Amino acid sequence: MEKKWTAEIKPKKKVFELNLKETFKYRDLIWLFVTRDFKTRYKQTILGPAWFIIQPLMASVIHTLVFGNIAGLSTDGVPQFLFYLAGSITWGLFSGALTATSNTFVANAGVFGKVYFPRLTTPIATAITQMFNFFIQFGIFGVCALVFFFLPNENFTVTWVAALTPVLIIQLALLGLGFGIIISSLTTKYRDLQVLVGFGVQLWMYVTPVVYSSNTIGNGGLYTATMINPVSPIVELFKYGWLGAGSTPWLYWGISWATTFAVLFLGIVIFNKIEKNFMDTV
Amino acid sequence: MEEKDIAIQITGLKKRYRLGTIGGGTLRGDLQSWWARVRHKEDPNSKIGSKVYGKNETFMALDGIDLTVYKGERVGIIGHNGAGKSTLLKLLSRVTGPTEGEIKLDGRISSMLEVGTGFNGELTGRENVYLNGAILGMTKAEIDSKIDKIIEFSECAQFIDTPVKRYSSGMYVKLAFAVASHLDSEILIMDEVLAVGDVAFQKKCLEKMSQVSQDEGRTILYVSHNMNTIRQLCNRCIVMDHGKIVFNGDVSEGIDRYLGNKMVAQNAIVFHKDHKNKFIKNPDFIFESLEMKSRLNVPVYTCGEKMEMVVTYRCKKAIENMAFSMVFYFYDQSPVSMTTSERFNIEQTEQGKLVFSVDISHFAPGKYTMDLCSYEASDFADTKFHDMIVKNVINFEVTESPKFNFGRGWNHSLWGHIVSEKLEVGKMDEREDRSSAE
Repeated sequence: MEKKWTAEIKPKKKVFELNLKETFKYRDLIWLFVTRDFKTRYKQTILGPAWFIIQPLMASVIHTLVFGNIAGLSTDGVPQFLFYLAGSITWGLFSGALTATSNTFVANAGVFGKVYFPRLTTPIATAITQMFNFFIQFGIFGVCALVFFFLPNENFTVTWVAALTPVLIIQLALLGLGFGIIISSLTTKYRDLQVLVGFGVQLWMYVTPVVYSSNTIGNGGLYTATMINPVSPIVELFKYGWLGAGSTPWLYWGISWATTFAVLFLGIVIFNKIEKNFMDTV
Repeated sequence: MEEKDIAIQITGLKKRYRLGTIGGGTLRGDLQSWWARVRHKEDPNSKIGSKVYGKNETFMALDGIDLTVYKGERVGIIGHNGAGKSTLLKLLSRVTGPTEGEIKLDGRISSMLEVGTGFNGELTGRENVYLNGAILGMTKAEIDSKIDKIIEFSECAQFIDTPVKRYSSGMYVKLAFAVASHLDSEILIMDEVLAVGDVAFQKKCLEKMSQVSQDEGRTILYVSHNMNTIRQLCNRCIVMDHGKIVFNGDVSEGIDRYLGNKMVAQNAIVFHKDHKNKFIKNPDFIFESLEMKSRLNVPVYTCGEKMEMVVTYRCKKAIENMAFSMVFYFYDQSPVSMTTSERFNIEQTEQGKLVFSVDISHFAPGKYTMDLCSYEASDFADTKFHDMIVKNVINFEVTESPKFNFGRGWNHSLWGHIVSEKLEVGKMDEREDRSSAE
């Protein structure tokens, strides 16, 4: 009679043996990681959670000064501050999810080396934490929008596209997670990728309509090139929804979703392959 | 035949590590090496002019392990550093994967390769219990139902809502162990976790571990260098050496095997032709063989007996003032006693025989080994050593006799290895009478 085993440990894993079911079983752990990240991030700081808010506000002020006033980039008639704030919180969600998940293995080597749990829980928790950060910042965006709404000479329109916000947020987090876990899998062996992430993300921001409006780059090849970037249509739709600025690149949004799934799937496959033996190389 | 339920089955398990640095460390370095290999050029990243140690050499941390553990067993794993114990536990707990072979598990497994994995200093004790519990595989609901028991067991109730970074190291460990010991998993893997914490808590932990194993039929795998805890906790023992299992069975036997690795008690011993002689390169006097004279055909003496042995030797030239000495050791290598012989002259011979007779009647029951040394004594303290048989070659055992009977056995760690003469007790007045009579 064949005995039923709870688990079998073998040298090689199948490429598509993804263990997503097991990861789901550990959802309590994911949640605890999220609360841990929140509780500990701003312990023993003066401003505490206020940093969540200060960061995008400061960025927007600087953007307004540099891009709006000095460079004089067009914001499609929308209040500059709001325009840049919308850009920086959406971009912040993506870049935050990417950077934070990209050092999963290196940052958690201590825990991973001592106990087994589905490794995917850590980057997922990180991405969720980033989404919560975004909600707080989104609240601030709402407050600022209200203020500008009652100011004279400032006008912007909220369109129905704003209703897509939850989808956009989830997509940004998934995209960041996907790229992040690919990089994290590669950094177990090549640490220089971490350096690449640092400035790579900065450069990436400039090919995304964060500090400029897509209308300023026209409809030619440059526009296509920008919109192929999977982050661009998401940021663009968010801005269009809440401010009525920019365009509604539906086709590119579809491509962006395809890219998101492809990247995420590839990420999970690589991550699964690496997680088994990463302790020997990290 | 009663078939026991298997909890862990390991077949042909191997783990290979590459020696030296893995890759160039950077993508650029690896690409360079790869490009050089493609063109059959010398690797630009290899060191020039020095032999590179371990480049592409491998090391088998585990070299073919076959092991079956039944449910409810408490298996102790011992072995020297680098024997592969921790690697085995790592593979079992899925921290890293095997190179070859496979492990089959029946039941949830939880490992404590370290106490307090994932503890975060900023969080309070209670929050860390949840976090650590979840990392070890518990759901929030499970922890909710056990939190009170865990806190009580940890003896940290007073500090449970204080960040653990303010804890003493002892409290930290207690809390961590409390979480781990309340896991519901059927298989528990522990690596020296009891090494910390005070004696009382260690005892409590051991009791808890045996209790969960006996009452709930859980399987425990425990690695330790502390033979006492192994003895108390385990009912099976595995000795590992160089990535292989060299012993699998009874606990005391396993521990003996580990402590006195080479101890084999034989009656007749022929010394190896070139047995190590640290003192003289080309000695004139050489021990050839030895035969213990005992009642049975094994070197076992009862307490109170004398030991006799016949030693065969070879002597290249006549030696004056020859003497012999013996140093006795208990099998854990702690010294017991020493004795020397009278001096005498020895003739040149191809094969001579000597009878050694030594009083070991005060040795407590147990296993012993000895050094046997021949030397040329002189009055000017410049002793010239000839041949020496170092310990763990000549071994013997002393057993209890009706005269020396100690009930539950002689406790070597408490009483040493020598039984003193019978304690004589007389009445006070009788003694006084005797002394006054003298």
